[in-house]
Amino acid sequence: MFDFLKSKNFIGFHDQYIFWIKVLFLSLLIFGLILSLFVSPADYLQGDTVRIMYVHVPASWLSLMIFAAMGVSGLLTLVFKFRFFTLVSKSLAPIGFTFCLISLFTGSIWGQPTWGTFWAWDARLTSMLVLAFIYIFYILSWKIIKKFLLAEKISALISLIGLANIPVIKFSVNWWNTLHQPASIKLTGAPTIHSSMLTPLVIMFLVFVMFALINFLIRLKFETLNMKLNKHE
Amino acid sequence: MNKNVKKRIIFFLISVITFLIIGQYIFKSLRKNTVYFFTPSELFILSEIPRGIIRIGGMVKKNSLNKKNNTYQFIITDFKQEVKVEYVGVLPNLFVEGQGAVIEGKLIDRLSLKAENILAKHDEKYMPKEVADALKNKGSWQKKYGK
Repeated sequence: MFDFLKSKNFIGFHDQYIFWIKVLFLSLLIFGLILSLFVSPADYLQGDTVRIMYVHVPASWLSLMIFAAMGVSGLLTLVFKFRFFTLVSKSLAPIGFTFCLISLFTGSIWGQPTWGTFWAWDARLTSMLVLAFIYIFYILSWKIIKKFLLAEKISALISLIGLANIPVIKFSVNWWNTLHQPASIKLTGAPTIHSSMLTPLVIMFLVFVMFALINFLIRLKFETLNMKLNKHE
Repeated sequence: MNKNVKKRIIFFLISVITFLIIGQYIFKSLRKNTVYFFTPSELFILSEIPRGIIRIGGMVKKNSLNKKNNTYQFIITDFKQEVKVEYVGVLPNLFVEGQGAVIEGKLIDRLSLKAENILAKHDEKYMPKEVADALKNKGSWQKKYGK
């Protein structure tokens, strides 16, 4: 039933697709950059600073989504012992961590001209920093623990515990008084971003997804081969 | 499904429930004790006036900003309560009447504050200048859009 999860079935699988994902990524990137840097208008209050959003928001979304996926993978690893999800989680971690850092840095650059400060200890910013540290703990657990089977358990546990932070980040702007503004795009209700700014944002998000996907597939292949070479299976 | 998997599922469910119960208490106390800023109404119902530096946040009331010598005076409101603010220094670019701001400073009394630092708060509305102008001209500019 779970044959598709066996490593020999996905080692060779993605080589044929990855080229087309790269093509799609590059064309979307060019399109998205032109839209967000030149075509889209400046904001009525922020001016051109608003363009930072086209990097900041997709990076933040992805770092949350990737960690959520890692948390679920951690659960599947611990409870059902699917080795596949250990590898998924392990290959996702550095990608999510990078996006988390991008989000923190671009947010900081945006905050200086907009709020008047690079950093504030409000709920959203602090919980995002906590996420960065959880990513670091996760990655370190693989580096420090040499025994594969032990590292697999510890890292899965870290990703499960870190999962609790994800809703806190998402809803921090509603639960606390924060300097950070609430979400402009909600699951219910119309977005409060004008459509001329929403389109580049969505396209830049797709660009980031493609980028993450390419990196993920390459890393997953590497981790699978690495595991096979070290005969952990 | 074999026996061990069942055991682990049950263990997992129990730990999730325990975690949710404990987490709820942590969350409640966190909400009470980690305040980045007070709104004027929250400040008004506090039993004790906080000494030292605090932050208050809200809208800068329209037509309340004026400048005497080097001192700015304005009112921060959450449409229920108001706090008068005095500030010496440079205002951030996005600090405008009708938009949000977070003020750091010391309370003189419950209703007035001497500011030491001002942060402009941006809301979740993004739109091009032309759209904002058009909305204003049409008269359909709503108070919640700001300026």
